Amino acid sequence: MTAAELIAFAAFEGGVYSQAFPAFGVERRGAPVQAFVRFSDEKIRLRSQVYEPDYIIVQDPTLIGDVDVFKGMTAGGIAIVNTEKPDFDARVPEGVKVYAVDATTIALEELGVPITNTTLMGAFAAATGEIKLEALEHALRSRFSGSMADKNVRAAERAYNLVGGAL
Amino acid sequence: MLEFMEGSHAVAEIVKRCRPQVIAAYPITPQTHIVEDLAQMVANCELDAEYITVESEFSALSACLGASAAGSRVYSATTSQGLALMFEVCFNAAGMRQPIVMTIANRSLGAPLSIWNDQQDSISLRDSGWLQFYAEDNQEAADLHMIAYKVCEDHDILLPAFVCFDGFILSHTYEPVALPTQEEVDAYLPAFNPYQRLDAEAPLSFGMYATPEYYTEFRYEIDQAQYRAKEAFVKAGREFGEQFGRDYSALVEGYRLDDADTALVAMGSICGTAKDAVDEMRDAGKKVGLLNIRMFRPFPAPEIADALKGVSTVAVLDKNISLGSGGAVGTEVKAALSGSNQAVYDYIIALGGRDVRKRDIAAVVDLAEKGKGDMFYGLRTEVL
Amino acid sequence: MALRVGCASPPGRALENKTGAWRVFKPVFEPEKCSKCGMCAMVCPEGCVRETEEGTFEPDLDYCKGCGICEEVCPKKSIRMEKEEK
Repeated sequence: MTAAELIAFAAFEGGVYSQAFPAFGVERRGAPVQAFVRFSDEKIRLRSQVYEPDYIIVQDPTLIGDVDVFKGMTAGGIAIVNTEKPDFDARVPEGVKVYAVDATTIALEELGVPITNTTLMGAFAAATGEIKLEALEHALRSRFSGSMADKNVRAAERAYNLVGGAL
Repeated sequence: MLEFMEGSHAVAEIVKRCRPQVIAAYPITPQTHIVEDLAQMVANCELDAEYITVESEFSALSACLGASAAGSRVYSATTSQGLALMFEVCFNAAGMRQPIVMTIANRSLGAPLSIWNDQQDSISLRDSGWLQFYAEDNQEAADLHMIAYKVCEDHDILLPAFVCFDGFILSHTYEPVALPTQEEVDAYLPAFNPYQRLDAEAPLSFGMYATPEYYTEFRYEIDQAQYRAKEAFVKAGREFGEQFGRDYSALVEGYRLDDADTALVAMGSICGTAKDAVDEMRDAGKKVGLLNIRMFRPFPAPEIADALKGVSTVAVLDKNISLGSGGAVGTEVKAALSGSNQAVYDYIIALGGRDVRKRDIAAVVDLAEKGKGDMFYGLRTEVL
Repeated sequence: MALRVGCASPPGRALENKTGAWRVFKPVFEPEKCSKCGMCAMVCPEGCVRETEEGTFEPDLDYCKGCGICEEVCPKKSIRMEKEEK
């Protein structure tokens, strides 16, 4: 949910309407959860969950075997998957572009904890072009302070450059 | 200025700016973030209020009732089982005519246990004498608190109010909200001026017993105050619009109803999804509109009849069920339209957090136009 | 009387409700036998037995409901219940 909130906040800072909400349930850090984000040039009225995402972020690669994380995606969609193994086994819908990012390693190196929200935000920004790097950095600096902000910005930038280089 | 924040935080921020003097609440999902925020604001001395921690919702509202009678502006928030536990105090607060404002982060009632959203909780207190307002989005949820204090504290009204916003769907959603500043809130909402209050120098008891010669008349007066609240709400909603550019003078709000053949009727956040669904149906050539009921108590029956007078078919979306009778909103809309030749159908929908999509709204319209209704929508018969 | 908002009321209003009308027996106190122990005042469920200047006791018949507990507890048998003619 934190990643969804930060992405929506960064998009809002970038000048569009946005909305972020969890698939409401047992929210514990680390438990399998879904969260949704919408962006729009107009005020967002729709409240249903997202069934046909343009983009997905998979934070935990172990879910891929259990859940059809690509469900509802169509050609042109972009998926960012946190994984050490870029050749993971999954049925990806035709025309969906997958970026494999080892966000856990980046997070461990930059933050010292395996919390991948901000790293994956950087990857998302680079892969989709929906969020500018400056808006992302601004969002992170509003959310975190001091050295925590610096570390998170660094983690996001690393993933941004990594994915940006692969484009 | 729009700011990006969680719905619960928007509510807590605006409640802070309404300057409650006493807050008593017991945390319960999905209301928790609101009262956590407020407790923190009090602890940080950002809000000069007495925050009373209690052991139950019954005590929370009892503390609010006493504090209100003592002349304080008070606030509480709850949902679901918590509201159920307040049942007795709710009736007393209305009967003692205390202008308490309480947020309901709407949630279903057990059993079976469910933490998810519908509107069964506040709807079940419809006879308690509390005014009930329902928010479509977090902007409206925040704004309605300012309006609620203004209406409740009016000496011609003196009733408590629920400001209802859908649990999780609004309370846990982050979206842009424009919050009036402290100075702007102060300009709109004057300091609380109690009509009468507990005072050791001139002792008074509230809610004394009434013999059969008087009880009916006391109930009549509460009922009359409810009806007067319509006018007070229109006035407060219009003043809000003049000051902030968001007009809430409509007790019910029509969306693309002007030439509609079929009208959806709904309350709360489902109206947002319904508006998008109406736009899609309009694009496909269907003459469909929506009526959003902002105020459920007092029930704006004449306003609903007037808003719907041009339509032939009405489909009411009820996020509650009066077991053994049908949806509460549908029942009352039918009463409001009695004598007309309009077909009114009721649909029990979105109970216990079941998600509603645009296509569900379109399916309801199809059912209504085929004359099928007064039913649970989307019932999973395969598990029965 | 116009209704007061919230059914609010100053204290002492119950005094207007004179509850002594429904008794069958009334207590008759004989001060000359009284030991001034005060048990009758202590047990009266209506709180309507009061002390006189002499230190003996008398009932306020506006509120006495004729229950006879004072008669029951009086160690000097200085209180007796008499059928009341109305």
